[in-house]
Amino acid sequence: MSDATDLVTRARAFVGKPAATPVAARDPVNLPAIRRWCDAMGDRNPVYQDAAAARAAGFDGIVAPPAMLDVWTMSPFRPGGRASTERMQVLELFDAAGFTGVVATNVEQDYDRYLHEGDRVHCTAIVEDVSEEKRTALGVGHFVTLRYEFTDDAGDAVGRMLFRVLKFRPPLAQAATAQAAAVPKSIPHPRPAVTHDNAFFWEGIKARRLLVQCCAACGRLRHPPGPMCPQCRSLEWRTVEASGRGTIHSFVVMHQPRLPALHYPLTILLVELAEGVRVVANLLEAGAQQLQIGRAVALDFVEVEPGYLLPAFRLA
Amino acid sequence: MTFDDLRPGITLPELLIPISASQIVAGAMASHDFEDVHHDKAAAQSKGVPDIFMNILTTNGLVQRFVTDWAGPAARIRRIAIRLGAPNFAGDTMKLSGEVLQVDGAERLAQIRVSGRNGLGEHVAATVTLGWESTWPRR
Repeated sequence: MSDATDLVTRARAFVGKPAATPVAARDPVNLPAIRRWCDAMGDRNPVYQDAAAARAAGFDGIVAPPAMLDVWTMSPFRPGGRASTERMQVLELFDAAGFTGVVATNVEQDYDRYLHEGDRVHCTAIVEDVSEEKRTALGVGHFVTLRYEFTDDAGDAVGRMLFRVLKFRPPLAQAATAQAAAVPKSIPHPRPAVTHDNAFFWEGIKARRLLVQCCAACGRLRHPPGPMCPQCRSLEWRTVEASGRGTIHSFVVMHQPRLPALHYPLTILLVELAEGVRVVANLLEAGAQQLQIGRAVALDFVEVEPGYLLPAFRLA
Repeated sequence: MTFDDLRPGITLPELLIPISASQIVAGAMASHDFEDVHHDKAAAQSKGVPDIFMNILTTNGLVQRFVTDWAGPAARIRRIAIRLGAPNFAGDTMKLSGEVLQVDGAERLAQIRVSGRNGLGEHVAATVTLGWESTWPRR
């Protein structure tokens, strides 16, 4: 029997058996954890945070986002890794055999009902399947399929999950090549030409502040940056920070030509700031079909490459 | 959006998600996922990948948010099936798009197909089942 066959045989001995000790959630379903999750996902569905909106949508009170089903019973952070009762022996078998890499490849969740504040989630996991050795983009490995059942304090089912991970042997010898091939953007995002006249603007953007030039003599605001006031010709100026509120003055949707570092179709806005000047910036998180002239927008900043920020707007 | 507006082939408004390291870490922490490949670049590289990458729970959350942003608070998520492909590495951007696949008028269910693409290819292919019905438990 080869080593690989032996490993699969030993791993398959776990099939049909509990993958780990059953878990009762340490904390009940609670609003602070829901809020943190909604913040991280950018999810503003009111049924997760606003009791009146949840009742209007047919619930008794706020409910947890369904995707949090398996969050409540996740193992807590422990320096040095998981406690022995939290580890899955079937996965440790692969670790010991050198398949130390792990990535999740599939999740299927079925929900029987939405969870509400105070629900305490219990979970059991069964090993469902262990694959033969497979050659994958990440390296040689085995797929391990786990099936979870989630219940409430009364023992009634609230949902179930199929979770598949790939345990793979990190191709260390090829890591350098893989890195070169896998870096998402080989062609960098275009950068602005920073000059004596506009450096203040880009310094402000780096600090997540949109600065507008203001003539020190007559007080007129101007943008884009320039050395002289077009009204009184003064060369003296200061800056004011824009509030970030504005409306769409115009917009264009770019389809061609396509620059490698940008995403298309690219919606570019001309925003009339509340302060009265207009700025050009991209639209975030919406399609052009949601746009109309005059629609309110709010300023945000996008880190398009590490350390390189651009101003952008989302629908307000 | 109401159930009666749904027709197969209707597309969802696209959503761009910048995959910053901060986004990856915020998602991992909010989903209580402390696997080091989701917050520690050196640990990720020692496991043969170039950078930290998004955990599947965050992808699940973003896909569900994408669908309910469009469907509205009356829609209930009944089921989701997600398959991951190209990882969401720090510095990339993911574009989510979606389409109504099937509408079941009798059961008041709709299936939505979602695809999320990044600079490497397709990160996620998902099918979400939404329900609009009065028989769904209130809690």
